[in-house]
Amino acid sequence: MSMLQSLLGHANYIAIIVLMMGGLFIVFSRANLIKRMIGLSVFQTSVGLFYISLGKVAGGTAPIELDASSRAGRELASHLDPAYVAGYGVDGVVYSNPLPHVLILTAIVVGVATLAVGLAIAVRIREAYGTVEASEIERMDLQSEEVLSGEPMVAAKSGGGDTP
Amino acid sequence: MDFATPFDINTAINLGLLGILLAILGGIITTRSLLAAILLMSVYSLVSVVWLVIMDAVDVAFTEAVVGAGISTIVLLGAILLTRSEALHIKWQDVIGPAAAVLATGALLLYAAIDLPALGDPSSPANAYVGRLYIEHTPHEIGVPNIVTAVLSSYRGFDTLGETTVIFAAGIAVTIMLGFGERSLSDLPADVRAPNFDNLAESDHHVILRVAAKMLAPVTILYALYVQFHGDLGAGGGFQAGVVVAVAVILHALVFGLRDTMHAIRPEVTRGVSAVGVLIYAGVGVIGMLNGGVFLDYDHLFPVAFESGLPGSHLSGGHHHWGQHFGIMFIELGVLATVSSTLITVFYAFAGRSSDAEVDIHAAHAPPAADAPMRASGAAKGGAGA
Repeated sequence: MSMLQSLLGHANYIAIIVLMMGGLFIVFSRANLIKRMIGLSVFQTSVGLFYISLGKVAGGTAPIELDASSRAGRELASHLDPAYVAGYGVDGVVYSNPLPHVLILTAIVVGVATLAVGLAIAVRIREAYGTVEASEIERMDLQSEEVLSGEPMVAAKSGGGDTP
Repeated sequence: MDFATPFDINTAINLGLLGILLAILGGIITTRSLLAAILLMSVYSLVSVVWLVIMDAVDVAFTEAVVGAGISTIVLLGAILLTRSEALHIKWQDVIGPAAAVLATGALLLYAAIDLPALGDPSSPANAYVGRLYIEHTPHEIGVPNIVTAVLSSYRGFDTLGETTVIFAAGIAVTIMLGFGERSLSDLPADVRAPNFDNLAESDHHVILRVAAKMLAPVTILYALYVQFHGDLGAGGGFQAGVVVAVAVILHALVFGLRDTMHAIRPEVTRGVSAVGVLIYAGVGVIGMLNGGVFLDYDHLFPVAFESGLPGSHLSGGHHHWGQHFGIMFIELGVLATVSSTLITVFYAFAGRSSDAEVDIHAAHAPPAADAPMRASGAAKGGAGA
């Protein structure tokens, strides 16, 4: 098998790995929590693309039962070698693998649910710290309590003069 | 490994779309504007939808279209509304470490990818065994044309029950953190209420939007029902339909204001329905157990004597698997209920939070407001206590 042919067969995986790493890079390098969630989304979508790539069968159709003798079925088979259809098809129709589709379909919906949870945490962090930048949050955590304090602590400090 | 990926029009489009995805990702990485990043993310999802259709994953494409490009974008926009819309500038020194880690991981993955079967190989381990088995067995075991639906709701029904529960749990987690957004329902004067969602409705500039949305919302719900009940035959099902229902409600909220939508579809109803959905799903499983099968075994959804009496039943020589048909229909209804109402609840939580935040800001900046002195003294007390 030629190098070029092998590259063509694996080009999807290469592109998807770059996409995944791009998402991971956003998660690692960006301090903004919302941006990190976007990076996580990219990463997750790319894993989905990877699964779907694995489930693709050359010359196949969507895994929805098709009558081989129908017009669409004959049309589909006409592009393929009869021996290939006989070997890999079911009842004369070649389908792509439905299993990765099932796994990724539910993963996408679970993904939006977890994205919502992550963003809710980010919103609460913003309300507590006034920022969603991880670097600023870290700095605030490291600073002493007095400097960290907003209005409530200032009030406590001014009130603190009265208490012995 | 004698299979060679054919270079046909599908492969070419596939590679072209992946190239577009890479370009969009570059944009997401480099932009500092979060709004731009979110919109690019939405475009990324839409392009991947086209790619998924090319790869025969029509059900996944449908889900990605409604979830990735639709709901995710709305939730992200809701979040930047509550936080900020611009990320800080990143120093180049801070990027070296992550870049090195990512390059190393990527190199390892690329090295591992050499051994993967070529794209489209029909005899690869993933495609030759269990995937093929589902395709071969679905017509005479389940009897629904859409094999993805058959695997999703019957063969792997237990998985899907878990995923439905995860969505429900995520809804609970969001509401624990952000509340139910019910403050939007309180009778605050208009100028105190949220300027983002509610003022839209009060502005006269949106007459066309309002008329269009009023007509679109019922049609969208109707479409969701079509997606729901057509899921056995073509792309669609409970997950997609649930998201479409949620989109119809969110559209209503965006145009008519959160308050009106919350009066129409009460938050306590949506949170109740999202629990009921999981209950319906698990209940169908228990009914199978009561009739002598195992959990989620739809072949025992009806007692044998009853099912063999139904017209065309496979038990009496026909080809209809009534237990499977009704089992799938019921659990898909459970999925629809949970997904739609959880997403609506999450939207209420984010959108209602913005109303809360605006009210707080208003109260903090306007001492005459009724509850402002109380809040201030409460904060001072809290601070003194700490």
